Amino acid sequence: MKRTIPLFIAAVAGYVMVIAIFVPRLTDWREDAELWFNILAAVAFVLGGASILGMHLKRVSDRRAGWGYSLVTLGAFLTTLIVGLLKVGVPPSPDHPTVAWSGAYETEGGVFKWIFDNSILPITATMFAMLAFYVASAAFRAFRAKNLEAGLLLGTAFIILLGRSYAGTMLTGWYADAYPRLTLPGLTDIIMGVFNTAGQRAIMIGIALGVVATSLKILLGIDRSYLGGRGS
Amino acid sequence: MLDKLTRLDRRWIFLAMFLAVAIPVLLQPTLPESPTPIVQDVFDAIENLPPNSVVLMSLDYDPASQPELGPMSRAMTRHCALLGHRLIFMTLWPFGGPMITQDATNIIETEFADTYVYGENYLNIGFGPGFEAAIKLIVTDLSKQFPVDARLGRPLAVFPITRGVRNLQEVDLVISVGAGYPGTKEWVQYAATPYPDIKIVGGVTGVSAPYLYPYVPGQLIGMLPAIKGAAEYEAALGKAYPRYADKQYQSALRRMGPQLSAHVLMLGLIVLGNVIFFLERRRPRTGGNR
Repeated sequence: MKRTIPLFIAAVAGYVMVIAIFVPRLTDWREDAELWFNILAAVAFVLGGASILGMHLKRVSDRRAGWGYSLVTLGAFLTTLIVGLLKVGVPPSPDHPTVAWSGAYETEGGVFKWIFDNSILPITATMFAMLAFYVASAAFRAFRAKNLEAGLLLGTAFIILLGRSYAGTMLTGWYADAYPRLTLPGLTDIIMGVFNTAGQRAIMIGIALGVVATSLKILLGIDRSYLGGRGS
Repeated sequence: MLDKLTRLDRRWIFLAMFLAVAIPVLLQPTLPESPTPIVQDVFDAIENLPPNSVVLMSLDYDPASQPELGPMSRAMTRHCALLGHRLIFMTLWPFGGPMITQDATNIIETEFADTYVYGENYLNIGFGPGFEAAIKLIVTDLSKQFPVDARLGRPLAVFPITRGVRNLQEVDLVISVGAGYPGTKEWVQYAATPYPDIKIVGGVTGVSAPYLYPYVPGQLIGMLPAIKGAAEYEAALGKAYPRYADKQYQSALRRMGPQLSAHVLMLGLIVLGNVIFFLERRRPRTGGNR
């Protein structure tokens, strides 16, 4: 029973989604299935939160290496959660000025907005900005023309890096009128529009065929690995 | 010398990168840009819309990608507002809500305050959870995914802007500015492909642009690839509307200087790394056990 019911739900939802494409009368059913997905996604947020709490609480209680970081994670997680749920400092909505929690949680003046602007925004932006330093270091140490394939990759990277900045125009702009396709920006367009597109399309078609095959196996109950355990 | 270079402390590289970015940021050199066809197609798609068209902008990114994608959101918001289009803003990313405020509604409320009224000319419907399922829902019914707006918490039906717009198929243009999943690719797969009447233009990060090229110009009318795409768009906007040729409205163009010097430094480092590699290979191996 523990396996049959999930199998049945997955098969019914899957068949509804497929058949609704061809039978417009079933569009409502398909929309209902998509709404269930949204509800499940919301439940997944709760499960994810519970999982974070459980994992980090265990690390702290076991005093495992780096437990201090877990404490910071727990503090940040709980503070943001409580501040967001209780809408601390959020002014009431203009439609309901006397109702305390009627304002949107992201409203200017709220503590959640303050946390976002002064903590999340600079931290995530800093993390991403640091990539530039690591990419530069990696370019120096790892990007070597060790064989033909690596040489081709290197040559392509050169053209793209130059073609995607003003350097390409500066270096090859003087013959752009006579041979526009042979300038660095022109070559960049050819690489992206022809070679890249051809490769990407081949990969995408391969993936799509794989998705069709896997979906069919799930719908027919042949692949049960998504149920966990020794299902497949 | 070769040994020194081989053991070069990476902090020197970090310093070089810091200077390569910091100096042009301070000096702000102006580099000319002109729109490539793929960017011009986006500009034309917005420019050629009939007045008062409904445009849905989905800002699917977070602060990590904001420096790259924010300028294109701002430029396209300005362009739409200049032409008097009605704008509906949404996001598929949990952190996208503040991006809508910073890169879209703030611009409307400061630069177009006299002509744009919330609910009549623009609307923020906020975050839609569910990834691609959110797109699939709004394709047929906007209010099922977004029962109320994000600012006032009122049902969408009460706003004049949504009259005659029950779903995505009744929107004149979708602008997807995306940093990854869910983003422009999902808009193409779940909106433009099953419903070819839905017109989509995109703005994407440099790393995701190669995955989107196969969709242009079929399912995706045009695309702004990375910060250079945004700079080209700003150049086109400045050319068509000289009021926006001012530096204060061209944050992407201002970033082309740091981008140029960073790219040149990267190329220099790759060349240097390879020179060391080949010199080391040619160097006669001294014997001895290691």
